[in-house]
Amino acid sequence: MLEISNLHAGIEGREILQGLNLSVQAGEIHAIMGPNGSGKSTLAKVLAGHPSYVITKGEVTYQGKNLLELSPDERARQGVFLAFQYPIEIPGVSSANFLRMAYNEIRKHRGEEELDPLEFDDLLREKMKVVEMDTSFINRSVNEGFSGGEKKRNEILQMAVLDPALAVLDETDSGLDIDALRIVANGISKLATPDKAIILVTHYQRLLNYITPDFVHVLFQGRIAKSGGKDLALELEEKGYDWIREAESDRRVTA
Amino acid sequence: MTVTVAKEKDNFLSAVRLFAERRGGSDPAWLEKLRLDAAARFEQLEFPTTRDEEWKYTNVAPLLKLPFRHGLDFDSAGATAESLEPVTFCEARGSLLVFVNGQYAQELSDVSEISGGVIVSNFADAFAEQASLLRDHLAAYADYRDEAFTALNTALIGDGAFVYLPTGKIVETPIHLLFLTVSCESSNVSQPRVLMVAGRGAMATVIESYASLDESVYFTNAVTEVVVSEGAQLDHYRLQEESDFAFHIGTTEVIQERESIYRSCAISLGAELARHNLSVALTDEGTESVIDGLYVAADRQHADSHTSIDHRKPNCSSQQLYKGILDGRGRAVFSGKIFVREGALHTDARQLNKNLLLSHEASVDTKPQLEIFADDVKCTHGATVGQLEDEELFYLATRGIDAERARALLTYGFAEDVIKKIRFASLREQLDRIVLRKLHQNLEVQ
Repeated sequence: MLEISNLHAGIEGREILQGLNLSVQAGEIHAIMGPNGSGKSTLAKVLAGHPSYVITKGEVTYQGKNLLELSPDERARQGVFLAFQYPIEIPGVSSANFLRMAYNEIRKHRGEEELDPLEFDDLLREKMKVVEMDTSFINRSVNEGFSGGEKKRNEILQMAVLDPALAVLDETDSGLDIDALRIVANGISKLATPDKAIILVTHYQRLLNYITPDFVHVLFQGRIAKSGGKDLALELEEKGYDWIREAESDRRVTA
Repeated sequence: MTVTVAKEKDNFLSAVRLFAERRGGSDPAWLEKLRLDAAARFEQLEFPTTRDEEWKYTNVAPLLKLPFRHGLDFDSAGATAESLEPVTFCEARGSLLVFVNGQYAQELSDVSEISGGVIVSNFADAFAEQASLLRDHLAAYADYRDEAFTALNTALIGDGAFVYLPTGKIVETPIHLLFLTVSCESSNVSQPRVLMVAGRGAMATVIESYASLDESVYFTNAVTEVVVSEGAQLDHYRLQEESDFAFHIGTTEVIQERESIYRSCAISLGAELARHNLSVALTDEGTESVIDGLYVAADRQHADSHTSIDHRKPNCSSQQLYKGILDGRGRAVFSGKIFVREGALHTDARQLNKNLLLSHEASVDTKPQLEIFADDVKCTHGATVGQLEDEELFYLATRGIDAERARALLTYGFAEDVIKKIRFASLREQLDRIVLRKLHQNLEVQ
């Protein structure tokens, strides 16, 4: 579904991703871990098409198409979803209106009928149960005055409504208490069907207590330094990132 | 220069003289005297120029150069009940006064929902039965002695809209005063005049709107006086939706008595040049004012809002939120004065002006001013000028919303802060539609 090869990307003249390779197939859950500053969030933003990031080298193919040529909204309509680390507040726009507009854009793209407010309301209420959100929230402005946990749950709700083929979750577990973590993990698990792929960008192992990844990758200095199964996450939790750092500097010296 | 200015004023002076001749003897003596006083003042006053501090950013010279024809004897000029549909509100169809090109249009007005001693009428009808009310209040608050535009309006008072709420009366139906301009052979000038008096403990909502059925050039010079008596509550919506080529100068003068509540929302969408002066005097204790505004200036439009909130007595509060959206070469001015007089202890006055610039050519001059002469008061003010945030646009893009719709949605959200506070659903929805139309967007947000 997603092939990233030798990706170099940066912001404001600083190269952050330095030759990243990653292959993700439908039905897989990949966890991307790594120390602060290793390029995890950059990867997430580059996949979603953030205009501030410049791609200097490499290719990203999504469902057989060159992803990098598509505008961010086009990527979204084709099934790429980014759950933000810091979701944005949109004053004056209710969640119901915002989500219906987004949902209908995607349906239009798929050649399906748009839903009217009443039809959409039924769908929204159904999806809200997944993230255990109070129905009063749908008339509130998007993320405005939400707690950190509510914002993250709202990201998962949006994901549940938009039903993407490829979901990239950027540090969705950070800042969550145990209840919210369970709710968010539950929402992610519901999306993990054989036709979809999920990339979990995370600093901590804790989300992986609830969701079992098929692959764990350690990002270091803008490239994947180590890949493995779910045991790698446990190893990282136990040993920290220093051993990766040492192994990498050894490798570089040898090279 | 001086000669030109004098010539420009001549046009208006001759209109004032002609008006006095024509109306001579047909109005109550006190009104004729008032008009003569105002005419005398107008003769001595000059129209403001950009050298005047209060008019520094708004140049009325182009307006004064136009060869306007004064609307003395227009008929309804083809306006029909159907043609009014887009500029009226379904909740106020039976409490509607319509003025066309400055003249009262009885056949288009409908006050069948008004009863119980409440008066919603034109001046001419009220002169007979409510002479003392009109005589006591008309021109008692809006300063025609020092303000040229107010003097001009006052010198030309023929008819106008009068709203009176008796003591304790609660009017559920919103009252709508519509001032409509329809195109004439030459550019028209109209001088709308409104007087509202809310008796003790009375409650009502009044919509005062200015609209056009076509895109012609004309000049509206409106003056509104509002008295909110002790314990009364008045919601006042002022909707300026003139033609994009019109000139609109409006003055609203509000007097609030003890423990009254006045909520104002002034919305400025139309006109090439629009200026609204709003002064609210909190004359006694326990008074509350909510003063909101929204101005949208598209390419080549100029929208100027001048407000003055005068805290004269202790324990009063005022909250002000004015938001502006500027596009193309649109330009806006916001000047917000707050006075806290000596002895006005425990005043709580807040003011916020936020502006959204949608283009690089758009601009705004914003000037909050606090003058505090009392201790133990809470006063805050602030002004912001910003653009749409790239991060907000990106967030919407990642949800599949294209750039154009994302910009419109965020802009709408910016305006919505003010619109959502409007307490009448149909007005709120109509404003939503009007604002979106103004933004050239058809978002399904209702």
